Amino acid sequence: MAPLTSAVSRTADPFVRTGERPTLAVWKFASCDGCQLTLLDCEDELLAVAGQVDVAYFLEASSATVAGPYDVSLVEGSITTAHDAKRIREIREQSGKLVVIGACATAGGIQALRNFAGPDGGPDVSAYAAAVYAHPEILEALPTSTPVSEHVFVDFELRGCPIDKHQLLEVVSAVLAGRKPQIPNYAVCLECKRLGAVCVMVAHGQPCLGPATQAGCGALCPSFSRGCYGCFGPHEGPNLPALGDRFAELGVDADGWLRALRTYNAYAGPFRKEAEHVERTRS
Amino acid sequence: MWNAPAPEAPAGTRRIDVEALARVEGEGALHVRIVGDTLEHVALRIYEPPRLFEGFLRGRHYTEPPDITARICGICPVAYQMSSCHALEAACGVTVDGQLRELRRLLYCGEWIESHALHVYMLHAPDFLGYPSGIHLAQDHRAIVERGLRLKKVGNDVMVVLGGREIHPVNVRLGGFYRLPRLAQLRALREPLLRAREDALATVRWVAGFDFPDVEADRVYVSLSHPDEYPLNEGRLVSSRGLDVPVSAFEDHVREEHVPHSTALHATVDGEPYLVGPVARYVLNHDRLSPLAQEAAKEAGLGPVVRNPFQSIVVRAVETVYACDEALRIVEAYEPPEHAFVDVPPRAGRGHACTEAPRGTLYHRYTINEDGTVLDARIVPPTAQSQATIEEDVRDVVRGHLDVPTETLQHLCEQAVRNHDPCISCATHFLKLEVERR
Repeated sequence: MAPLTSAVSRTADPFVRTGERPTLAVWKFASCDGCQLTLLDCEDELLAVAGQVDVAYFLEASSATVAGPYDVSLVEGSITTAHDAKRIREIREQSGKLVVIGACATAGGIQALRNFAGPDGGPDVSAYAAAVYAHPEILEALPTSTPVSEHVFVDFELRGCPIDKHQLLEVVSAVLAGRKPQIPNYAVCLECKRLGAVCVMVAHGQPCLGPATQAGCGALCPSFSRGCYGCFGPHEGPNLPALGDRFAELGVDADGWLRALRTYNAYAGPFRKEAEHVERTRS
Repeated sequence: MWNAPAPEAPAGTRRIDVEALARVEGEGALHVRIVGDTLEHVALRIYEPPRLFEGFLRGRHYTEPPDITARICGICPVAYQMSSCHALEAACGVTVDGQLRELRRLLYCGEWIESHALHVYMLHAPDFLGYPSGIHLAQDHRAIVERGLRLKKVGNDVMVVLGGREIHPVNVRLGGFYRLPRLAQLRALREPLLRAREDALATVRWVAGFDFPDVEADRVYVSLSHPDEYPLNEGRLVSSRGLDVPVSAFEDHVREEHVPHSTALHATVDGEPYLVGPVARYVLNHDRLSPLAQEAAKEAGLGPVVRNPFQSIVVRAVETVYACDEALRIVEAYEPPEHAFVDVPPRAGRGHACTEAPRGTLYHRYTINEDGTVLDARIVPPTAQSQATIEEDVRDVVRGHLDVPTETLQHLCEQAVRNHDPCISCATHFLKLEVERR
């Protein structure tokens, strides 16, 4: 994955502007549309943002499109077809800064479960396709679902399934201003402490991925009396073996721990490696 | 990818290529071929890369589908959460009622308000007023677009109070909720909902004054129907042809088949193409709208049947009035139940459910074993069901406007698709508009 600090190293680059105002493009790959919808969900800020940039390509919102290059591209979704692998390279060439948004774009999304679906734990799309389609042979899908950073250089990765709208506004503002986005990379636990929320794992014995998951949601699940399920993906350097032991003490079997690691960010490095370790040591 | 190569146009054929249809959720293509004065071919091709949910749901724990299937659609995650909960609860023989049922209904009202306001103001109204987007519309009519965004925000606020966030709420579980909403927060929704209801009424008046193309269509309508309420989470599956069956019989009547000209699946009900969504719901259930919503419909000139698909925007606005009204009723009458959820212990079995997503009936079916492992899942999203009828609408529009310039016709075709607020992410599917004319 591209380092999260990559935007910093490039702030020295002159910000390429094609007109009076910077141009913004929004692109979709395999995804649920939810992360680009987050932009439209900024009801209080949307018209202000639209006043600061030229929205040059945002097909979900507008039939008016302007040809590239674009100053900033926001990319949602993962790469699951040969056509999309080519398209993302074209978009990269057309984009000054390329910011990927959401778990699909940063980690392959839940559709990356196919990356482990083969009999040997490797990529396989055929079994899933057969469960859905009567004629899976016409499906032109790659055996893997991969993050954008496996295909092109990415300037910034914004996590979340879905992303948080305040973080999105921060990243867009920062990229437009040519500064580093202020996006924390610590664990959800810290957000819980700040909220004064009771620890669901300590107090209620509920399994919680918060200690291993990057902050950004505002400790949403714990504040709704449930354990975190990791939708912002792993934070930097999580101690997953220790958390796995804790899950086991709380009665979660190896299958349950594997399922916890393999949801929306299953292909993200630390979650992927811990899951592979569990599978290897179990067999 | 559901991507059949487009037929090569012979020399002398006029053809327009639009990369992808805008202002729809997801990606798809529309292909239209006109030879002389004859419409030869219409195909709505949907080839957004499939993500294969039914495949990876196998082997998951029965408690997981509400969170996992929400990821099928960022615009209607609550619909997926509700259909999966109801189907899995049916498999386990559990019914959720009382205030928990009401809270689920309230959450769904939030999604209807949010989704309908988005479609009416940002995606659909620009078609009638000659703008490429809601953002462009705001440059000339800022107050109107601000009203739409305000309305949409209240829908989102309802979802935040009950679900924690607008997209992929975290508080829904089998049996109810992880925790009950904070009473003060719930009560505080009353004032914004009152304002939203006024905004929704103003929306009905606004869209009722649009200039609608003169198109009439006789369609088969399908939706849930409940004796006591406008349908959201529960009811029987009914049609304008007299179908009236429990949702467990969905697959006995609805068939998805391959059609030769397209790689997409077309659904039929008892052998006929049909339509789900606001117009179908309204036609089959309008007498169960709240009095205020019924009055708004009447003032907007809607009769008991809506034959012009372009008027779907008016129906969507009327349903938004209803959703505000219903949300207010629930908020005002709310008494906190003792528990946030009822237990749903697993048992071997199969469960079915339909609920009414903003775009129409969403069917889920699960088979689980006694440990609660999902053995099999089937999901039939609304847009897949309406697809054949959407194509039929495009045919009607083309046949009725063969004399207009190609550019105008193309715009009308796009509108005919957007009338139905298609959700292509749900239908797993891409709109590429291509009009060939010889």
